Amino acid sequence: MEQPVGAFEAALRSRRDGGGKILVPYITGGLGDDWIETLHAVAAAGADAIEVGVPFSDPVMDGPVIQEANDRSLASGSTPQSILNALRNEDIGVPLAIMTYYNIAFRAGDVRFAQDLAEAGISGCILPDLPLEETGPWTEAADAAGVETILLAAPTAPDERLPRICERSRGFVYGVGLLGVTGVRSELASSAMDIARRLKAVTDKPVLVGVGVGTPEQAVEVSQVSDGVVVGSAIVRQMLTSEGPEAVGALVQEFRSALDKG
Amino acid sequence: MTLTDANSESANSDQIMGEPDEFGRFGQFGGRFVPETLVPACQELEDAFRSAWGDTEFRRELSALLADYAGRPSPITECHRLSEELGYRVILKREDLNHTGSHKINNVLGQALLAKRMGKTRLIAETGAGQHGVATATAAALLGMECRVYMGEVDISRQELNVFRMNLLGAEVVPALSGSRTLKDAVNEAMRDWVAKVEDSYYCLGSAMGPHPYPWMVRTFHEVIGIEAREQTARLLDGGVPDVVTACVGGGSNAIGIFSGFADTDAELVGVEPAGGAAVGRKVPGVVHGSKSYLMQDEVGQVLEAESISAGLDYPGVGPEHAHLADIGRARYESVTDAEVIEGFQLLARTEGIIPALECAHALAWMSREREELAGKTLLMNLSGRGDKDVAQMMDVLGRK
Repeated sequence: MEQPVGAFEAALRSRRDGGGKILVPYITGGLGDDWIETLHAVAAAGADAIEVGVPFSDPVMDGPVIQEANDRSLASGSTPQSILNALRNEDIGVPLAIMTYYNIAFRAGDVRFAQDLAEAGISGCILPDLPLEETGPWTEAADAAGVETILLAAPTAPDERLPRICERSRGFVYGVGLLGVTGVRSELASSAMDIARRLKAVTDKPVLVGVGVGTPEQAVEVSQVSDGVVVGSAIVRQMLTSEGPEAVGALVQEFRSALDKG
Repeated sequence: MTLTDANSESANSDQIMGEPDEFGRFGQFGGRFVPETLVPACQELEDAFRSAWGDTEFRRELSALLADYAGRPSPITECHRLSEELGYRVILKREDLNHTGSHKINNVLGQALLAKRMGKTRLIAETGAGQHGVATATAAALLGMECRVYMGEVDISRQELNVFRMNLLGAEVVPALSGSRTLKDAVNEAMRDWVAKVEDSYYCLGSAMGPHPYPWMVRTFHEVIGIEAREQTARLLDGGVPDVVTACVGGGSNAIGIFSGFADTDAELVGVEPAGGAAVGRKVPGVVHGSKSYLMQDEVGQVLEAESISAGLDYPGVGPEHAHLADIGRARYESVTDAEVIEGFQLLARTEGIIPALECAHALAWMSREREELAGKTLLMNLSGRGDKDVAQMMDVLGRK
């Protein structure tokens, strides 16, 4: 079955078709007054798309760095609406995906939240506590609104599960690089290569690996198999140092150059 | 996939308090909202539980532990002086007399035996007041397993004795330092640990909440409360059933256990929540910690911090089956204030010589407040835990008055 390719997926495919590796950095929405500038800097530094985190009170999939970013953003008064409002009038130049937890969408109402995303110019969405079996009402609303729902695939998944995840995922397939929550690790886990290999064997959609990919070297290593990487905590840690958008852009540039050299 | 198993065994899912559907739903509530990493673990757990529960050897082993180690059956006690004071007949189900001092041991022995059967070597648990943590540490010591308990930093300071108990039992107590630093944050930390150590670790969840199969499995392990109470009250009441069955509700495990024994009778089922943590009372559905249920949250979906004098009920959510029972009108849920709870705590001590856990004092507070409505009735209350752990805190509270 051919599925129509959405704008988010199209952008990633175009990088891959050109022989390059895909880089999707994550930044926490509403973190600091200059987070929109950071978004521009990250795009300018060569991101193919950007994940924007909408903070949730109970982020069970996140480690200490993103938890702290979450807490700071919430403490400064961020809400899903304030983040979407800020994005609505910005032309970032690359596709954006929202990453949040399902209760944020559920509370607004699946249909309304999907429409809110679309109206704010967001083309992708990641809900890490919404596994395949629970996607129904959300993906129906997201599909209708033209928002691509990116599903995660974990190292624990049995073989028969992966094709079903890939079939339902839009935008790309997010391979979880290790058993654990988000955060930078000193070495790339062997499970990162494994999940990339297993996913590449069953799908033609872009396969990105995230969680535990924290350095340009690790990004290059896993991208030997995957189509690219999602980099979260390493970027957010840089945001937390308050050295400004340029410093975050410079870090993204390091990932970009490393991936381009291969 | 065990979808076919689920279908073939879900014949009683239409029944009140039967099995949830194949997605783990009780009506519109429940489900399995967990990170993808944990989906296979939940599936494996569901399969293992079904197999164990259908195995007479497992059931025999659990029954033997409940009898010879935990001290079951727990008795019921007719409260003559309290009945006189309140103007209606009060019977207590004495879960406070179990080993480790609360109903929590029923569930923990079941889950720890299951973990062992699944080949796991390490137990993870969250705890609020410390009762579930103590029970889990106890089971780990008994079965020779490693044990780590997450507990909110705030709760650690108000329940020092239970922290020391867990340490004595060989468990490591790790403070949850994020968010409100209470029970909900301890659950977050336990889930993060489980995501990272899913291969050798078993998450021993302490209430009838979380992703499928936990709400159903935890209820099943606590059904022994309802089964015993039904027989015991029938003997006392010449084959009759109480007019009202009541229990406190945080996550709701002790209430779901006793309700299960009376769901098919005419008894009125009443759950009592703390006013500052009344998830059912507020009737707003949400999704956190693996299931859809009623949830205290703000207008955009951020989970609110519950506030209760009792650490064990300091939880913004509630087990999904309670949400369903409220939804279909089979049970009703009332709330009481901390001030009323303090009165209820003293009432039982003074009239019956039993110091209740602060959690149970919520049900007592409601019973005392609604004495006119209850006049002439027969009421069964689940006294789910003893109050030793709360004595130091109450000394503070009452001393300050």
